[in-house]
Amino acid sequence: MSSTRDWLLDETPATRLQAQLGQGYRTLRALLRNPLTVVGLVIIIALLLTAAFAPWIAPYNPIEGQLTARLLPPSAEHWMGTDELGRDIFSRVIYGARITLFIVLLVAVISAPLGLVIGAISGYFGGAVDRIMMGITDIFLSMPRLILALAFVAALGPGIENAVIAIAITAWPVYARLARAETLTVRKAEFIAAVRMQGASHGRIILRHILPLCMSSTIVRVTLDMAGIILTAAGLGFLGLGAQPPLPEWGAMISRGRAFILDQWWVATMPGFAIVIVSLGFCLFGDGLRDVLDPRQRSK
Amino acid sequence: MSNATLTGSRGAAAALLARLKPIVWFFVTIALTFLGLLAITFVIGRVVPIDPVLAVVGDRAPKEVYDAARLKMGLDDPLIVQFARYVGDVVQGNLGKAVMTSNPVVQDLARVFPATLEMATLGIIIGVVIGVPLGVCAAARQGSVIDQIIRVIGLAGYAIPAFWLGLVGLVLFYAQLQWVGGPGRIDIFLDGLVTPHTGLLLVDSLIDGDMDSFKSAFAHIILPSTILGFFALAYIARMTRSFMLEQLGQEFITTARVKGAPEWVVIWRHAFRPIRVQLITVIGLSYAGLLEGSVMIETVFSWPGIGNYLTNALLNADMNAVLGATLVIGAVFICINKLSDALYLLLDPRARA
Repeated sequence: MSSTRDWLLDETPATRLQAQLGQGYRTLRALLRNPLTVVGLVIIIALLLTAAFAPWIAPYNPIEGQLTARLLPPSAEHWMGTDELGRDIFSRVIYGARITLFIVLLVAVISAPLGLVIGAISGYFGGAVDRIMMGITDIFLSMPRLILALAFVAALGPGIENAVIAIAITAWPVYARLARAETLTVRKAEFIAAVRMQGASHGRIILRHILPLCMSSTIVRVTLDMAGIILTAAGLGFLGLGAQPPLPEWGAMISRGRAFILDQWWVATMPGFAIVIVSLGFCLFGDGLRDVLDPRQRSK
Repeated sequence: MSNATLTGSRGAAAALLARLKPIVWFFVTIALTFLGLLAITFVIGRVVPIDPVLAVVGDRAPKEVYDAARLKMGLDDPLIVQFARYVGDVVQGNLGKAVMTSNPVVQDLARVFPATLEMATLGIIIGVVIGVPLGVCAAARQGSVIDQIIRVIGLAGYAIPAFWLGLVGLVLFYAQLQWVGGPGRIDIFLDGLVTPHTGLLLVDSLIDGDMDSFKSAFAHIILPSTILGFFALAYIARMTRSFMLEQLGQEFITTARVKGAPEWVVIWRHAFRPIRVQLITVIGLSYAGLLEGSVMIETVFSWPGIGNYLTNALLNADMNAVLGATLVIGAVFICINKLSDALYLLLDPRARA
């Protein structure tokens, strides 16, 4: 055990793999030193496990309810009570983790690379390219994101995929700005000049030499944005524009519970706790990640 | 001699030009941003799967009627011509007709906007009045209870969905404790009795001296505004704290302390003064954010504002109303943003250099 640690912390790694694993190990240790980051990490891992093993964790079917067991308050059989169709809310919240994870990951996978490429191209080439691309980015940045997402969903039609597209369209400009700023700092660096002299194409320089340097700040930013993405997705669901019934999306569940909020408070409030906990997890973990990976951003 | 005056005046002209350039550039940016907003709403209006021609002529119209209508609506023109026409319409205040209300969208928006303005303004007042002192105190006593509270509030502001907090607030303060009025702007038996002067119920009822209406309106507005204000508070307090910490670490603060200035003078007069300009930007941003956040809160509280109007339009697939409301909220958002930028440039000599 301790020999593995020594191997990982070796000051003079023999192979690239060892160096990379060692770097990862050091980052992990720095992360685990902050208790709040650990809380965030635990929440995220719990979310992943819940999403993966939902059928085994959920005690009831999330889609089909028992009409004899409608609107029951929280009890030993139904931890979070039941909704107006007699469905177990706890089971639905468990399955809802899958939808939330699906939305969050898809938005990150679409918007982060899009923003990165736009920002890197803009910063790398500079001049007119830069001015036009950053002009467009700034226009997007100065618009209200939620309203824009709403309008896009209105045009594309309600549904989970369209919600993802709408959120992704409004999320990329932040990453573009970030990538451009990072690119500007390395654009004139000597190692870039060196690979260029070796005959590397612009595409290769951007993809292989510039983008990897933007990764850590982007990962931090994406993690911090996750909470906002979850809230926006839940908001779209709440307005009836996101995931459609009978899918157990948390925002949509809150929206259905609104009708009974004064007498059966648990229908609307329980899924909200899930949203709060998961968003909090990403916030806490993102904060810790930023302190370790990107200390420059700390003051912001 | 004459030569010298000539170069002198040319120099003055150049200096004037140099001073005007950022101002001109500022307005050009605003114009471009608005054009960008228009382009986005135009594109959104284009990708809608609903065929606007079918909406006019009906499903079973013969081909000739359909084509004639299409030609008449200008849908065969090049996109750029259509866009120019769209911009022209918007500039003249023509946003089309809302199917829901069969009124012009502009008229609808003018009717619902004061309700949103009233709620967001009260929200930002709550956010500033509580948030700024809280942030200052947290910075003055780092690690104290207040500092911890700010941390928790800040996290809560990021992690709690506004619409959910609204529902929880309704259950607690309206249904259980009965401290506040329920959904809507005013009690139902007072509805429509206040003469609209400004459209802001609190102001209008005060002008008429109608205290019953004022109390009722206040009971209704206080909960949604507080919830909206909570999110502004979270952001403002966090930013105030970090600005203050930056100032308190500087040497002139140490100098003031060494001179024997009392702690409150050091904090409020020496440290707080320089951050006021930065705070204006933060407050402007959060005010704009509140207008956006009001969409969710208005839905929860059945508040008859622009957010509620937008959601209803969305659910009815009433595209003219959706795009009109998006355009107005976007425009106000951009204006507030740019205005706080301009104020920053005007008030802070360091930013001008």
